[in-house]
Amino acid sequence: MTRFIDKDTRVLVQGMTGSQGAFHTRLMREYGTMIVAGTVPGRGGQTIEGLPVYDTVVEAKESHGVDASIIFVPAPNALDAALESVEAGLDPVVVITEGMPVRDSIELMARARLSGTTVVGPNTPGLIKVGECKMGIMPAQVFKKGEVGVISRSGTLFYEVAAHITRVGLGQSTCVGLGGDPVVGLDYVDVLRWFEEDPETEAVALIGEIGGDAEERAAAFIGDGGFTKPVAAYVAGRAAVPGKRMGHAGAIIQGSMGTAESKMNALRDAGVAVGELPGQVAESLKELL
Amino acid sequence: MKLLEYEAKEYFRRHGIPTPQGRMVTTPREARDYTTGLGKPVVIKAQLPVGGRGKAGGVRFADTPEEAAEAADALLGMRIKGLTVEKLYVEEKLSIVNEIYLGVTVDRRNKAYVVLASSEGGMDIEEVAAKTPERIVRHLVDPVHGLRSYHANLVAKRLGYGGRKMLQFVAVVESLYELALEMDAELTEINPLAEVKDGFMAVDARLNVDNNALFRHRELEERLLESYRGELTEREMEARSQGLTYVELDGDIGIIGNGAGLTMATLDTVMLHGGRAANFLDLGGGATPERIGEAAKFVLSDERTKALLVNVLGGITRCDHIAEGVVAARREVAVEKPVVVRMMGTNEEEGRKILKEAGIETLGSMEEAAELAVKLAEAS
Repeated sequence: MTRFIDKDTRVLVQGMTGSQGAFHTRLMREYGTMIVAGTVPGRGGQTIEGLPVYDTVVEAKESHGVDASIIFVPAPNALDAALESVEAGLDPVVVITEGMPVRDSIELMARARLSGTTVVGPNTPGLIKVGECKMGIMPAQVFKKGEVGVISRSGTLFYEVAAHITRVGLGQSTCVGLGGDPVVGLDYVDVLRWFEEDPETEAVALIGEIGGDAEERAAAFIGDGGFTKPVAAYVAGRAAVPGKRMGHAGAIIQGSMGTAESKMNALRDAGVAVGELPGQVAESLKELL
Repeated sequence: MKLLEYEAKEYFRRHGIPTPQGRMVTTPREARDYTTGLGKPVVIKAQLPVGGRGKAGGVRFADTPEEAAEAADALLGMRIKGLTVEKLYVEEKLSIVNEIYLGVTVDRRNKAYVVLASSEGGMDIEEVAAKTPERIVRHLVDPVHGLRSYHANLVAKRLGYGGRKMLQFVAVVESLYELALEMDAELTEINPLAEVKDGFMAVDARLNVDNNALFRHRELEERLLESYRGELTEREMEARSQGLTYVELDGDIGIIGNGAGLTMATLDTVMLHGGRAANFLDLGGGATPERIGEAAKFVLSDERTKALLVNVLGGITRCDHIAEGVVAARREVAVEKPVVVRMMGTNEEEGRKILKEAGIETLGSMEEAAELAVKLAEAS
């Protein structure tokens, strides 16, 4: 079963001494995330934001009982960093790193599958259990504790929809950024399964974009009765041009596959309320709840 | 990054994939001399990063060195799909028994490499997949165990090969898979793979390398920009050289956003309000005022752009930086064009103040901002 986070999750930051790592360590702690240590090979013994830095994940785990890891390591070293945490038994492993080669992602996901580890990302804004634990780079101010689970492949669009959900008077339970790369650890179906069981989630906002068929598979899962709570969705990229990569490595229409229309139609056919604008997701949820 | 046929074939040879004898040339004289040395009929192919060159007349045959020179003369400078032919590949002409398709690519859903083979060589594989999917053999490679010889044997069997032919085919499959891994291929394909009297020959070669993996392939990194020729427009090339994530579209409203999803949603929202985006420009995370200024200048200096819409959710990116960048760009670009900014998040108030002083309207919602931008573009 996919494993997510709460207020008791003891978090390790890999790549803590880099500018992004240090900046977000501070923001995550301000949010209330229980960050207990960091790792940077060769920097063991230092402290960042008053937290101990170790050379290896195993040392950090032995000294602090770490549960989960968030990774800010540059792309060339991200695979090793992630494998180190998977091998050490940390779960989930959240890979914020952008620009990881697909071959490395394939290797990471294969290894994680063997041990049943949940990998979030790469190229993800991370995940947040609102009011308890933020393992990611999302701006905290757009979230409010509530009943809507959010799943998104995109970062800023996910904040946009979350802000609308808050604006209409609802809130979020857990939000998961799947990541914008072609190969990522989780897909919509994995997270929908989890939300189905999660007592704190009453409805889901599904935010998709062009490329691949993850949204279509989510639609099939919902249509087949795998997910029974209300879902509202928005799919970005109707104005996109086939064959062009729209920013994300995974956001590309290949042939007739991966278009926004195909995804929107599949979701509509599955009974999902599909919005024309990001803000309509929140309006639909308000009506559905 | 898409390699040209002659470049891909260099890698094929290094990995032991049989290819016909050939050479890249840039003049008719070189084509003639190479053909003379070869002493055989040849095929001369335009080297372009786009498909469908055969149908467009970019492939010619020649029996003699003189014919080769004539063919080269006709091909060089030819325009195919908006590109000028500057390089040719001269290759020995084979006597082909049968043509098949062989490729290795990434299966996103299964998070693995997949080997694709088909008896329909020379056809567009996506077309085959759509019309006659039963003619495609797929083998999903287990990332833990890799592609073992018996997997390749099964692929060969399903294409109908046995005995010595099977072993020859298997050697090509294994080499292509190794090449895909070693070169971080998003896609590598041989279409067609020619069955000849005593084995197989890669008649065409495609190798698309994952841009994110170029740090492992330094020799390709410096040729990255050049490889975009054909794939990207001139403005896109220019943007790329400035490090901007930019896609040219055919409307008149310039769009700048942060994050791929939000920027795409901005395009869609403009479209819904009856406008058309002139471009997609994603600032990414944590852009500095200078970077934002360069991006805004790039979009504003586009003659087609009648109005600029900036849509930013401040997180790592600061709204005051956005404001500074936009104001600086508008000062530097001579032509007055309407600018609409929507921003929310980090240092929003400071940003609004800077824009207000410069007379630029700031809106709180993406829908309102898109609507206004469409109205302003129509009015100008």
